Amino acid sequence: MLKIENLHARIAGKEILKGLSLEVNPGAVHAIMGPNGAGKSTLGNVLAGRPGYEVTAGSVSYDGQDLLALEPEARAAAGVFLAFQYPVEIPGVNNTYFLRAALNGQRKARGEEELDSMQFLKLVRGKVKDMGMTPDLLNRAVNEGFSGGEKKRNEVFQMALLEPRLAILDETDSGLDIDALKQVAAGVNALRSPQRSFLVITHYQRLLDYIVPDFVHVLADGRIAESGDAQLARELEAHGYAWVGEQAHAEARA
Amino acid sequence: MNAAVTPFVESMQAAALRIPSAGPAWLDEARRAALQAFVERGLPDTRNELWKYTSLRALNQRSHAPVDPAAASRAAVEGLLPASSADAARVVFVNGAFRSDLSALAGLPQGVTLQPLSRALLDQPEPLRFLLAANAGSDDGFTLLNRALAVEGVVLRVDAGVRVAAPLHIVHVGVASDTPSAWHLRSLIELGEGASADLVEHYVGQVDAEHFANVVRDVTLRERARLGWTVVQTAGPGALLLRRSDCRLGEDSALDFHALELGGKLARHELRVELAGTRARFKSRGAFVLHGRQHADTEVLVTHCGRDTASDSLWRGVADDRARGVVHGRILVMRGADGADGGFYNKNLLLSPDAEIDTRPALEIYADEVKANHGATVGQLDENMLFYLRSRGISLDVARRLLVRAFCAVALDGIEPASLREHCEALLSAQLPEASV
Repeated sequence: MLKIENLHARIAGKEILKGLSLEVNPGAVHAIMGPNGAGKSTLGNVLAGRPGYEVTAGSVSYDGQDLLALEPEARAAAGVFLAFQYPVEIPGVNNTYFLRAALNGQRKARGEEELDSMQFLKLVRGKVKDMGMTPDLLNRAVNEGFSGGEKKRNEVFQMALLEPRLAILDETDSGLDIDALKQVAAGVNALRSPQRSFLVITHYQRLLDYIVPDFVHVLADGRIAESGDAQLARELEAHGYAWVGEQAHAEARA
Repeated sequence: MNAAVTPFVESMQAAALRIPSAGPAWLDEARRAALQAFVERGLPDTRNELWKYTSLRALNQRSHAPVDPAAASRAAVEGLLPASSADAARVVFVNGAFRSDLSALAGLPQGVTLQPLSRALLDQPEPLRFLLAANAGSDDGFTLLNRALAVEGVVLRVDAGVRVAAPLHIVHVGVASDTPSAWHLRSLIELGEGASADLVEHYVGQVDAEHFANVVRDVTLRERARLGWTVVQTAGPGALLLRRSDCRLGEDSALDFHALELGGKLARHELRVELAGTRARFKSRGAFVLHGRQHADTEVLVTHCGRDTASDSLWRGVADDRARGVVHGRILVMRGADGADGGFYNKNLLLSPDAEIDTRPALEIYADEVKANHGATVGQLDENMLFYLRSRGISLDVARRLLVRAFCAVALDGIEPASLREHCEALLSAQLPEASV
């Protein structure tokens, strides 16, 4: 469903991704790991279409269409969702209004009927309950005054409501204590399905104890340096990221 | 020495000749004196600190004349009247002329006087003498002109202890005329001890109405009086609105002011508030949203005189295209006004590289144990917020509208009743067309 080929991208003139290739099939959970500065978040932002990121070479095909040619909102309507590393506070914008505008914006773009406020409220209240969120969430402004953990849970809640087909979790585990981490992971696991794929971007192996990936990739210097299964994450935990670099050098020498 | 005799000044002199004698000799005399003073002084220019960013050069080269008030048919006007005023007590002016056929003044609560100035002058001119005949030291060209030419306005009096439950509405309607019209309104609002009322002031107009409105009001709140005052300004694109309000607040009185300024070609309001009595309180919230070549100028000039007085102002400005916004918030704390607590906060948003907003908060303090704060910013829509909304499937133009509305929301928050607030929110949304925002 997602095919990234030889992707090069830069921000503010600095090249961050230097020939990244990756293929994701429906239903697969891919973990993207790597040291700081390897390009993990850049990958998520480029896929979601954040302004300021310039793709200089390569291609991204999503369901057979050129993902990079789409505006961010069109990518969302096509089923791409980015759970932000730093969810944005938007004072004055009510959560219920925001979620309805998002869901109906996507539905409209897909040529589906928009939900009226009664239908929407029923749906959103159901999701609040499923995800164990406090109903008060719906009356608050988007992320305003939320704790770090609440913000991350809110990202997963939005994901549950919008039902994307490709969910990108950008360091959703950062800044979470163990309880919040388990809650977030449970939310994600509940959404796993044969039709939905995940890119789980994380610095630490800890999250992958709770969201067990099908594949693990190690990003180094803008490229995938190593790929494997969940076992790779545990080896990284034991040896550190430097180990991947040594492995790569060893292979190059061999 | 006379200022330059411009087409504008000439047209005002001509208008003065057409005003019939008012009745009381003191009024005719006051009008003559004010006209003379105006001709000598002319319109304020940009060397005047309060007019620094609002040039009147274009206005000075135009003629404006009073127009026949009966020219606008009832049918043409009715569609323009705000729905929120439909079942309420209201005074309606069309091109500055009182329209009894559109107003609703029957059934006012006991102790409430709400009538056009023309009628009040017929009934009982003497109580208005102080207001209409005395020149104030701070009179500018427009105030002098208003003294010379205002034959109409609103007189609202609420007797001591009377609490008016339902909001009272004043509606200013501008309709098209053969020549650009001019009108001058002088209003008096006075709430007695412990009285309470809510006033909603609307400006509406036809798209092709070109007019110059010069509105001056004096507001007096006696001890423990409370006035809620909301201005909803959606005048037509040809409207030039020059408004000035002088408010004097007595002990323990409170003025709660809201303004939503959306219309007009030039819309200026100079709101002067004197916190005269101990513990007098002033709160203001307001927003303007401008596009095209609109110009809005809000001057909030607060003077703390009494002890333990409080002022709290929070304003938002948004300008798109080539629009120009001006905000000036001044807090003056006089000697002896110990314990004063004043705040003026203004944030602005530019939606286009050609738009401009000038904001100047100012504090002048001559007392001890005073709390005074101010802050002003001019910025653009937050790119992170925009991307966050878009990444969830909200299109760029809807995202921008959402953020502009959210930016202004704080200014509309306290508007009562809720139906009026929702009306304001709807007007604000309508001001943000998808194509331009």
